[in-house]
Amino acid sequence: MYERPTTVDAALSLLAKDRWTVLAGGTDFYPALRDQAVTEPVLDISALKGLRGIRREGNSWRIGALTTWSDVISDNLPPAFDALKLAAREVGSVQIQNRATVAGNICNASPAADGVPPLLILDAAVETVSSRGKRHLALADFILGNRATALRPDEIVTGILIPAEIAQGRSHFVKLGTRKYLVISIAMVAARIETGVDNRVTGASVSVGACSVVAQRLRGLEQALIAKPCDDSLAQAVLSAHLAHLSPIDDIRANADYRAEAACELVRRALLGCLT
Amino acid sequence: MRGLEVSFDLNGTPVRANVALSDRLSTTLRDHLGLVGTKVGCDAGDCGACTVLIDGAPCCACLVPVGQAEGAKVTTVEGLKSTGTLSRLQESFLHFGAAQCGICTPGMLVSAAALLQRTPNPTRSEVTDALGGVLCRCTGYSKIIDAVVHATGFNSGDVSPPVGASVGAGIRRLDGGPKVAGTEAFGADLTPDDAVIVRVLRSPHHHAAFAFGDIAGYVDCHPGVLAVFTAVDVAGRNCFGVIPPFADQPVFAEKFVRYRGEAVAAIAGERAAMKTLDLDEFPITWEPLLHVLTPDQAQSEDAPRLHDGRDRNVLVRGYVERGDIAAGFAQASHVVEGRFSTPFIEHAYIEPEAGFARRVGDRIEVFASTQAPHMDRGTLAEILALDPTQIRVVPTACGGGFGSKIDISLQPYIAIAAWHLNRPAALTYSRQESMQSTTKRHPSETRAKIGCDETGKITAFEFEGTFNTGAYASWGPTVANRVPVHASGPYFTPNYVARSVAVHTNGPPSGAFRGFGVPQSAIAQECLYDELAVKLGIDHLEFRLRNALSNGQATVTGQVLAKGVGITACLDALKPAWERAKSEASRFNRQTNGSSLRRGVGIASCWYGCGNTSLPNPSTIRMGVSPDGRVVLHQGAVDIGQGATTVIAQIAADALGVPVHSLDLLGGDTDLTPDAGKTSASRQTYVSGMAAKLAGESLRRKILRHANVSSDARILSKHGCLELVDGAVVTSLDLSRLAPDEFGYVFRGEETYDPPTKPLDEKGQGVPYAVYGYGAQIMELTVDTVLGTVKLDRLSTAHDVGRAINPVLIEGQIEGGSAQGIGMALMENYVPGRTENLHDYLIPTFGDVPVVENIIVEVTDAEGPYGAKGLGEHVLIPTAPAILNAIRDATGALVRDLPATPDKVRAAIKAIRE
Repeated sequence: MYERPTTVDAALSLLAKDRWTVLAGGTDFYPALRDQAVTEPVLDISALKGLRGIRREGNSWRIGALTTWSDVISDNLPPAFDALKLAAREVGSVQIQNRATVAGNICNASPAADGVPPLLILDAAVETVSSRGKRHLALADFILGNRATALRPDEIVTGILIPAEIAQGRSHFVKLGTRKYLVISIAMVAARIETGVDNRVTGASVSVGACSVVAQRLRGLEQALIAKPCDDSLAQAVLSAHLAHLSPIDDIRANADYRAEAACELVRRALLGCLT
Repeated sequence: MRGLEVSFDLNGTPVRANVALSDRLSTTLRDHLGLVGTKVGCDAGDCGACTVLIDGAPCCACLVPVGQAEGAKVTTVEGLKSTGTLSRLQESFLHFGAAQCGICTPGMLVSAAALLQRTPNPTRSEVTDALGGVLCRCTGYSKIIDAVVHATGFNSGDVSPPVGASVGAGIRRLDGGPKVAGTEAFGADLTPDDAVIVRVLRSPHHHAAFAFGDIAGYVDCHPGVLAVFTAVDVAGRNCFGVIPPFADQPVFAEKFVRYRGEAVAAIAGERAAMKTLDLDEFPITWEPLLHVLTPDQAQSEDAPRLHDGRDRNVLVRGYVERGDIAAGFAQASHVVEGRFSTPFIEHAYIEPEAGFARRVGDRIEVFASTQAPHMDRGTLAEILALDPTQIRVVPTACGGGFGSKIDISLQPYIAIAAWHLNRPAALTYSRQESMQSTTKRHPSETRAKIGCDETGKITAFEFEGTFNTGAYASWGPTVANRVPVHASGPYFTPNYVARSVAVHTNGPPSGAFRGFGVPQSAIAQECLYDELAVKLGIDHLEFRLRNALSNGQATVTGQVLAKGVGITACLDALKPAWERAKSEASRFNRQTNGSSLRRGVGIASCWYGCGNTSLPNPSTIRMGVSPDGRVVLHQGAVDIGQGATTVIAQIAADALGVPVHSLDLLGGDTDLTPDAGKTSASRQTYVSGMAAKLAGESLRRKILRHANVSSDARILSKHGCLELVDGAVVTSLDLSRLAPDEFGYVFRGEETYDPPTKPLDEKGQGVPYAVYGYGAQIMELTVDTVLGTVKLDRLSTAHDVGRAINPVLIEGQIEGGSAQGIGMALMENYVPGRTENLHDYLIPTFGDVPVVENIIVEVTDAEGPYGAKGLGEHVLIPTAPAILNAIRDATGALVRDLPATPDKVRAAIKAIRE
């Protein structure tokens, strides 16, 4: 069974009646099949009207649920989104970026999702709807674990909301992998810095991906950065203790000790990347 | 009808398809709309072979539900041509040699077309960014980048060498047109509409006993499933192997399996039913057994024995001894020693195994992707209990092989199904199935100890290598024999002992992979050579020159080559690059002092014997003149992308004395073409090339003798006649007056060539190969010492090919082989059960290969055709040790367990600082 409604209402009424696997870009759905054919009912939301693109709505930025990574790359956005744009270029390949959606990346909830760290530093919230109504969840509350989210079976994500007052300052993103293209992260870091008139840090947010089941903010470091001069010395403020709450694992891509050490270095580089 | 019909614009034509709308677009294009130019390499977005444009944007057709194509404009490779001719871009691919096997070419072309649409004159980095999502395993990417960057600015038109000058000309591949047009037919592209589809049930366990349930009941309750085949359906021998005395692998396992991915049953049925069949419902129960995955485990007292008569799971040992090793070490003033390891490495050709078989009366015909059609024929005859004359093997275009497609894979399953059901039977392996079940490069654990005197001359070399040969023999004996012969490297080594052992484990069968174990042993030898040079304080290139084997010196097997030893010439050719690289690295390191970046330069050499080791290895080539005046070349040397079709034709054309483009080419169909041996061991240019030269010369003599003209006469082929131009005299032969022979030819030259080798004695002394090739490579790279990441900056190569038959194809081999060496050094690691796909098993992408500069060295060989030597495997051997040596040069870190992933490089850097 396959349906491709054109309105959110039509999609929600289908979801209210039956269980569906929701598909947008398809770039996570098909690989997960491995050698099996599609047998489950598929609700293809790619034709839903009004869900594609990034726009300012009052006090928020809205990334529509059907916005692709290529849309993010080509959109004209403030520098606070630079981390997201850099991450967009690291999602799979051009072929993937042209189909895969930002919302799909968070719904897939991979520990190595490239989109999550740059959205975390923007205090992103996820807007979900069902026939019962709308919900807004902080991204950190939406992703519950490895491949697990708070999305209910009758809901779809309609957008990602970013508070305009948070979308300030400059940001950067660094990803570490074993090859250049088409690579799953060993570790990745997004950072955002706001500065005051005296070029001291007035706000900072930093997140690390692929070093815990869900990407994490480094709140301790963010506090420690406040009021620091916004120059090369920022790197020295980064201590391994700031990453102590992460839980990197040993896997085929790297061992845990290396991940922890590399993540620390990537945090320094991401912060320095915000300076230029 | 809702959810069943889709309509869209396909290459400018409106199309409709009645399909499940959640089907992949790639499936609809190939199976329902008949456009098979779009290739499927992984079904997971990992390889990009299936790239098509949707409304102008590249995407992987395997990841798009066809329902999303509704109303869209879809462009495939078939849509790139304009008015029936190749586009400029397609011609550019042909011109620059950007297509080797051709399986990735459609994805490359479509991605490049989208780039050129918005950026008509892209930079190299714009090309790599745009094409980075498409993997190529053959070319090393450089020539693809060239083709895209220069798509609007190259001189179109091929070189058309005059008579007698084909050898040496960098002509375009003779089989290249269909590859760039998207019309090349690979194993999965020929499935007849009425074919039954076969799927193979495989073990999910490394080692397990199993029992079938009610198979008849299973067939009955699955409409569309026609039959299940198991070991009882194998009419002949349920056992195969590439080396007959060691044959040990069942077509279908009986009672228990020895590795994960081993076949136990094949299910055949109608296409629609097979597509949705859930193999997990098959009636089988598994009882997992204790398994061993490393030689250490496998040789322990309580390890399961995999095969009767192979004590401690040892398949075979190899040994070479020369001189007096103890005396050699006694003379040494410096001795170094080290242990090294490498993992399973997957061939990762972009074309998974595929093909179909059909029964024609009491014969069976198999159309499949292969490197060895005549070996396939012999093996199938034994399995099917048929006479070899009842088997016809037709090699399809081969989308990469690199050694693995020498062994049979899917052929028995389609042949058995077609035979029993009397319908064409087709099977295309999934990526996971291909990776699980087919052969790998042997994991190795090597130890070497090398001594030299004060002047830097090697005095003694001791080597031990343990090779994990997996569950079945495959080419394990070849690896075990080749390694001790080659482990010295191309250096004069008077006192030498090398031991190797191939040990069975419950891993996948290790088989042939570009180099047969030599890339693994060269890592130990070349890395320890650098450590000796460091101890002596001698320049690393100079150290190698001091020891380079020369004409008249005995190899470690006591073979004395009077002529053609080219290692000194290769090292000499690299001297300017070496000096430049060293000075640039030290300047960089001075300028960036205090940063985390360190640049290093590494060098390594190779040698490699062409053809089988001390075993018969003949090739036969047939050429004929048909009554209508066509000159036909039966060219059975399978072209797996390396260019045999073109190279053999160049040799044959010059030997006969006709233009290469005038030849009619016939491929490796076993009904039509004699056995030119398997495509392996870097033997085709040399061995089949020699047979082609002899066949061409023989045909020439027969024609000239018949016409009674001098040996200088020129042969001109005209319709229905041959004209012989002998000085001012023109003799015309009316071919219609001559009686055709059994093959329909009025003149025929058919010759067999077998390399003159001699057996190795109990100390490994003898003449294992008639021809060797040589080479050396320099890698320049930058290590990020804090993260342990390695960026390759430049590769300079010098390979002695004896005589460059086709320089463009040679560059393609060097660039592609070294890219596989890069993968081996830095990222590739096949772990059964863990990296059975192309996102966990990483091979180099566009962004992981450096700029390559090639020097083609020609030190004429005494034996090879026009002095030519083999090349295909040589090119991979020096790359990994050159990288490890450059990492050491940059940082001092010794990485000895491959791959040198960032965590290992970082750990090695920390180890020297502690």
